[in-house]
Amino acid sequence: MQASPIHGFWNLPTNAAAHGHALDTHLLLNLWIALALLALAHLILLIGIAIRKRTPRPYQQLFIEYLPLAALTLLFAFLALRAQQLWAAQRYTGADLSAMQVEVTGQQFVWYFRYPGADAAFGRTRLSLVDPANANPLGIDPSDTYGRDDIVTSQLVLPANREVDLTLRAQDVIHGFAIPGMRIKQNAIPGQTTHIHFTPETPGDYAILCTQVCGMGHYRMLATLRVLPLADFNTWLHAQESTRSEPQP
Amino acid sequence: MNPLPIPTNPGAPFMARLLRHEWVSAKLRHATHHRTIGFGYLLLSLVAVIIGALLSLIMRTHLAWPNWQLPLHGPILPEEYLALVTMHGTLMLFFVLTVAPQSGFGNLILPAQLGTRHMAFPRINAAGLYLTAFALVTLLAAFFVPGGAPIGGWTAYPPLSATPLAGPGQGFGMDLWLASIALFSIATTLNAINMLTTITNLRCEGLTWERLPLTVWGWFTAALLSILAFSVLLAAILLLFCDRHLHSGFFFPAQDLISGTLLQHRGDGSPLLWLHLFWFFGHPEVYIAILPGMGLTSMVIANFSRRRVFAYRLMIATTLLIGFLGILVWGHHMFVAGLNPFAGTAFSISTIAIALPAAAKVFSWLATTWGSRPRLATPMLFALGFVSLFITGGLTGPILAQPILDEYLHNTFFVVAHFHLIMAMAGVFGLFCATYYWAPLLFHRTLSEPLGKLHFWTTLLGAYSTFLPMHFTGLAAEPRHYSQLTGIAGPSAALLQSTLPLQRHITASAIFLVCAQLPFFLNLLLAWRRPANKDTNPWDATTMEWAPNAFNPHPIDQPSIVYRGPSHYADTGTEFLPQWSPVNTFNTEAE
Amino acid sequence: MPSTITPPEIDRHRISDGNNGHRPPTDKRTGGNGEGDGDNWNNRPRGHRGPHERISQARIGLFFALGGDLMFFVALISVFFVTKASGHFDAYDHFINQWLPTAIPSILWLNTIALLLSSVTAEIARRAMFRDVDAMDEWFGLGRPVSYRAALWLSATLALGILFLAGQWVAWDQLAAQHVFFRSNPSSHFFYLITITHAVHLFLGIVALIVALAALKFSRSLATRQVFVDTTVWYWHVMGALWIFLFLLLEFGQ
Repeated sequence: MQASPIHGFWNLPTNAAAHGHALDTHLLLNLWIALALLALAHLILLIGIAIRKRTPRPYQQLFIEYLPLAALTLLFAFLALRAQQLWAAQRYTGADLSAMQVEVTGQQFVWYFRYPGADAAFGRTRLSLVDPANANPLGIDPSDTYGRDDIVTSQLVLPANREVDLTLRAQDVIHGFAIPGMRIKQNAIPGQTTHIHFTPETPGDYAILCTQVCGMGHYRMLATLRVLPLADFNTWLHAQESTRSEPQP
Repeated sequence: MNPLPIPTNPGAPFMARLLRHEWVSAKLRHATHHRTIGFGYLLLSLVAVIIGALLSLIMRTHLAWPNWQLPLHGPILPEEYLALVTMHGTLMLFFVLTVAPQSGFGNLILPAQLGTRHMAFPRINAAGLYLTAFALVTLLAAFFVPGGAPIGGWTAYPPLSATPLAGPGQGFGMDLWLASIALFSIATTLNAINMLTTITNLRCEGLTWERLPLTVWGWFTAALLSILAFSVLLAAILLLFCDRHLHSGFFFPAQDLISGTLLQHRGDGSPLLWLHLFWFFGHPEVYIAILPGMGLTSMVIANFSRRRVFAYRLMIATTLLIGFLGILVWGHHMFVAGLNPFAGTAFSISTIAIALPAAAKVFSWLATTWGSRPRLATPMLFALGFVSLFITGGLTGPILAQPILDEYLHNTFFVVAHFHLIMAMAGVFGLFCATYYWAPLLFHRTLSEPLGKLHFWTTLLGAYSTFLPMHFTGLAAEPRHYSQLTGIAGPSAALLQSTLPLQRHITASAIFLVCAQLPFFLNLLLAWRRPANKDTNPWDATTMEWAPNAFNPHPIDQPSIVYRGPSHYADTGTEFLPQWSPVNTFNTEAE
Repeated sequence: MPSTITPPEIDRHRISDGNNGHRPPTDKRTGGNGEGDGDNWNNRPRGHRGPHERISQARIGLFFALGGDLMFFVALISVFFVTKASGHFDAYDHFINQWLPTAIPSILWLNTIALLLSSVTAEIARRAMFRDVDAMDEWFGLGRPVSYRAALWLSATLALGILFLAGQWVAWDQLAAQHVFFRSNPSSHFFYLITITHAVHLFLGIVALIVALAALKFSRSLATRQVFVDTTVWYWHVMGALWIFLFLLLEFGQ
């Protein structure tokens, strides 16, 4: 199921998210424009040094300074506008109400993923109840009935083509939650919840990285996102639910 | 040494008599002389840059060959790698890129460019130097305390930086880091006050604001940014210190579970608060590092092209505008750090706006050189190298300023490539340009041209070969601060390992880049052995520091007078009028 | 000894710069500063030509320093408002804001009055430094009335400043007696942080006052004395104004 990690001149990993196509197009557009401007500027620099033109000339500030500046302004305004449209589409509004809910918790140096279970609601968590040794790394409050059927995994498994709403939390320090293949990145901040939503499209395994330095084990704070076809995902979820109920006291 | 104090006033107190003692006053005059202080700053940054570069080589080698053993030390542990990253960033950004262009060359050249013989407050100036030296020692001491140096990067995000529980190096090492940066902030503020007052008050007759060389404008803007930004950093450090030792919770949430210990604080602080305060300082800081280099580049390009600086007033305006906008863009470091997405849009627009004054500067540089067939001496080469690196590093700026793209690129090596090209490499090229250009004034000798050219070409090659490939590992999503890219299973491992061949190339280039500095040091050593130069103005420069007797240590009776703006070259390029020349020997087309 | 105190404009040795460039502001008022070179200002390096050049340099330096300092307090006060407004949702979805306003000890009103008075005395001392009649007396050798008068008022400022700091100490003591410490509450963090950082600044002001008093006693140059007193007093004024703002913030802004 492993896709080739990177491809193309610009070395991008394969995109597998619905919003990623527009993002990639915009990114590549930006990169090519930057490369073209880079080449152009260096060409002007080198030619300017090589040729000799020593006639007394009136300075044409309009043509040399303000017209190119106006052109650049238009170019950057266009790029900025497009970027803001994409940004607004992804961030200005939350996920669709029908989106699947998954909670992501970062702690030094591991990611935990929590599914709400059959009741579609997360149980209360308390940091004072956190006890990884007794299979409660998130501190789910046993007195809260909503928490009874919560499923906690160390691998993020999602169905393809369904929007997912991730709730990001951190227990200790700031972590950076990034899935390059899904073109998302958002910091998880202790004491605060952040939401990010996206729709995975292509089934496969994808890297989840921590992108905010969080301590000595930062480089090991990796996880895997497995995107499954809907039927396979349901099978996986049922298997999780059945194993979940056993160790509960 | 004179045996007796001069008995001018027997009733004067002991201190006053002591200060008037000839030997003491001569020593004081020497210690507070701007030249002594400038060289002191340069020496400090030389120590810092050598250590910082060696740290980066250890990091790079470990990253490419994880099993490599550092001689006399052994393998690099993950926390040691992060300590290297932190110290590399802190040394380079504070003690090299802030100290050398602003405090170092600023003190050495600024008074002469203003036609004055001293800085406004010589003793405060000396205090700044000693504080900076003390800050450097304090910082380096962090390597040798239990737990080692801090591991949170130079940005020191809490809660990682707010409690010793968060990891090795976050205890005493972090305290030393905070103390060092607090001292550094005070020292830089003192230096900035001194420079601002000198520029405002001590310009010689005829030297109006409009006639100031662009280097002075660069220093002026950078000094203004310094007093605004470093005060905020000092306040942030004070708050973080309270969080660490006085049980406050400015940057802590009400509850925080670190290493199995539940930390409870009254009130609801937020780590984001630190990000705001830090980047309010941090972004102006990068302009403090680069603005003096931009000013120097403008002047050197005009000098060697034997042209006027194209659109001089616009260059002044863009310098100030870049400084001003630099204060308003700190949020672009926080697009995916929990910032409100609407704020992301606002900061994105203000950030992209900076591209315009920066581009205006590039146009001016290109227009000034165009068709001039400049004399490609080493200072000019480094100035052109600055332009090249500034363009290359600058063009990725607007890309990172778009939040939707930053969402993918944030904290990847793409960012590392961006700021190393535009700030570190361009900044260092500015420093080399300054050294080669002003060598006749600093050492009374010109540096060797062949060695200088060898130094330039190898350094340029090394810089591009090191930092261009980082764009590609960044686009492949390699994050920063990863101490190891191998030895892990899963798709993450495949992603990280795919960058390894490029990493090895980058490491080799980095070693090459550091070795390419040997001709520079050789050049300095050889120049030392050469007889002193008689020519006071070897580059046919026009600014006041090249005036005869500008660097004469004895006060002369003739006051300096400025008659015109800088870089007054005839259209034919053969004649020129320096700022100090009272006679007008040719006419030029009006600008 | 100079023959006049404020002579008419001296025509300084000046060559036309030929391009109607505006010169930087130069001061042509000269005053005796006892440096005894026949008042040949032209032969002195800039910055030492007249008393006003040195004083304006010191004032400009102070202006920039206080600008930076102001940013320090702006940062603290921003954090004050952010912290005051922040809270979290507890396990039962109640919004919890733990900010309990710190009751400001009423002695701070007295301290504020003391500080206001000290600014008045400081200003009288500052103006005394620039009285031409007194300066003339000194040049005639009739004692040092400038120093005498200014020292008197500066000492009053010093006493009031120390009174203010002592009053602040009493305020901290009173709060401690009510078990309000730095660590007690977010608002008490800020009460202590703001009052202590301001007290440190005021302590520096007191050191500057002592230095200025020493200069008044020992310095022979009137210009030097003027610089010391003038700079100290401006610093003192700004710290007083800053305190009014901080005090109002603590009293009414919580």
